[in-house]
Amino acid sequence: MSFEPILTRNIHKPGSETIDTYLASGGYQGLRRVLKEIGPAQLVEEVKSSGLRGRGGAGFPTGMKWGFLPKTGDKPRYLCVNADESEPGTFKDRLLIEKDPHLVLEGIILSAYAIESSLAFFYIRGEFHQGYRIFEKAVQEARARGFLGENILGSGFSLDIINYRGAGAYICGEETALLESLEGKRGYPRIKPPFPAIVGLYGCPTIINNVETLANVTLIAERGASWFASIGRPPKNTRPKLFCLSGHVKRPGVFEAPLGVPFLELLNEYAGGMQHPGRPLKAAVPGGSSMKILPASKCDVLMDFDSLAAAGTSLGSAGGIVMDSGTCMVTALLNVARFYAHESCGQCTPCREGTGWFVKILSRLERGDGRPEDVNLLASIATNIEGNTVCPFGEAIAWPVESYVRVFREEFEEHAKRRICPMKTAAVR
Amino acid sequence: MTSPVRPETDRKIDELLTRFPMKGSALLPALYLVQEEKGYVSEESMEYVASRIGVSAAFVAGVVSFYTMFHQKPVGRHHIQVCRTLPCALRGADDLMAHLKKRLGVAEGERDADGACSLVSVECLGACDRAPFIQINDEEHGPVDPAKMDEILKGLERRP
Repeated sequence: MSFEPILTRNIHKPGSETIDTYLASGGYQGLRRVLKEIGPAQLVEEVKSSGLRGRGGAGFPTGMKWGFLPKTGDKPRYLCVNADESEPGTFKDRLLIEKDPHLVLEGIILSAYAIESSLAFFYIRGEFHQGYRIFEKAVQEARARGFLGENILGSGFSLDIINYRGAGAYICGEETALLESLEGKRGYPRIKPPFPAIVGLYGCPTIINNVETLANVTLIAERGASWFASIGRPPKNTRPKLFCLSGHVKRPGVFEAPLGVPFLELLNEYAGGMQHPGRPLKAAVPGGSSMKILPASKCDVLMDFDSLAAAGTSLGSAGGIVMDSGTCMVTALLNVARFYAHESCGQCTPCREGTGWFVKILSRLERGDGRPEDVNLLASIATNIEGNTVCPFGEAIAWPVESYVRVFREEFEEHAKRRICPMKTAAVR
Repeated sequence: MTSPVRPETDRKIDELLTRFPMKGSALLPALYLVQEEKGYVSEESMEYVASRIGVSAAFVAGVVSFYTMFHQKPVGRHHIQVCRTLPCALRGADDLMAHLKKRLGVAEGERDADGACSLVSVECLGACDRAPFIQINDEEHGPVDPAKMDEILKGLERRP
């Protein structure tokens, strides 16, 4: 825990959301340096060489994504900020937006400069009322000080930002659904290709980046790519990361650590260990509820993209959900399935119907009305959803179902064949 | 058609129509404005918004029904939203919901007799560190156990 927080360095300061506190902490220095010293192409190169990977869930290299924009053409380009943080177990972007909005805003201005965009959209989930108000105020403050608007700091670069509220739909965190929603439609994901970098918002080249990703761009501009790349586990798993822990831990919260921090260190040191004495760890999902579950015996892992992929799961949004020995895995999976059934946009049959089937089957297992074939049926439906939908939402429900059933097969069998819950209390507590 | 909204709302929608590169983007914010004024989005409101944006009323109805935050019927003055998703469920969301139903004497999705409180369960509100978490209109509370909930309800009773 000797790591000095960088992304969260300001959050405990009084008035951390105000521009004065941000400026007093050296804020907007990176923007000044970049606008004065380097061109957009050089900033793209700097972000590429920093090794920054997207913090929204997919972990795609940010600089490379920017590089997909067409080199020529006269269409406007847009930057869309994905502040639609909705993955269960994830609340890190909320922290940045509410406690250090200027760190995010500086990253937005820098990134818009890099991709040569003069209009950015901040798409924030509708339920984040406070975050919306705080970010709106930050935008006004930045405009008043000349960091936004026409001819920013005399550089000739201009940028306007539109703060846009979502209206309650998990799927709008998927980048093409987000674009549809911004265009005033139902949030139905688009078929890719074409990718948004070529055909995005209003049919124009568009980059969609996550809030935490953009906050990292501020750090890169401020202290350089090589410094950024030196923290964590080079070459791929670099830089500071926000990890969320929730569920059965003593101190749920957002914790900053370098990528590659051991999961057990996050659990035992940062989050204070398990919530109830005498109820040890049973399982955890490392990256939000859509990622594959790990039994306690496999939780001795490092929290980075590659290590978690090697362990058969993913870092995802780094929203860790911890479950203790009192948790019924059928009830837990039913809760997860109900979420995805509720949030499926309904566009693709395997996802729309499959999520409903999961809820139906898991409900009867939980009630004690299960059938012996139900366990295999769950696994089979998961297989038939995965890879057969327009967007990764299909995987987001197929992965938990496949993994819960595989890892805790005996517990599911007990429910299906003997019609009992081995946890005795069926309720998730 | 005559406008079913206040002139002020009408004016704000005028502004929205010029704010975006394409006016379709004004739809969600326009619906929010109407809902803010009326408390919910009626069919008449959908027709009005459709005419302002230049799309069909059916298109607007499709959008309204897609997003959970647009109410198609009136909700209580205090709209209580209880998160039910896994991280909240692991820390007692079910007990909290059971307590609320009993205290308010309403089922999920319903409003109490005098229209003061409506109760719904919602999916993850992105505040799992404060589980179990609730929102009342746009106010946030968490963690909330039944005792804390009673205190919050008492506070609501004192409000108009």
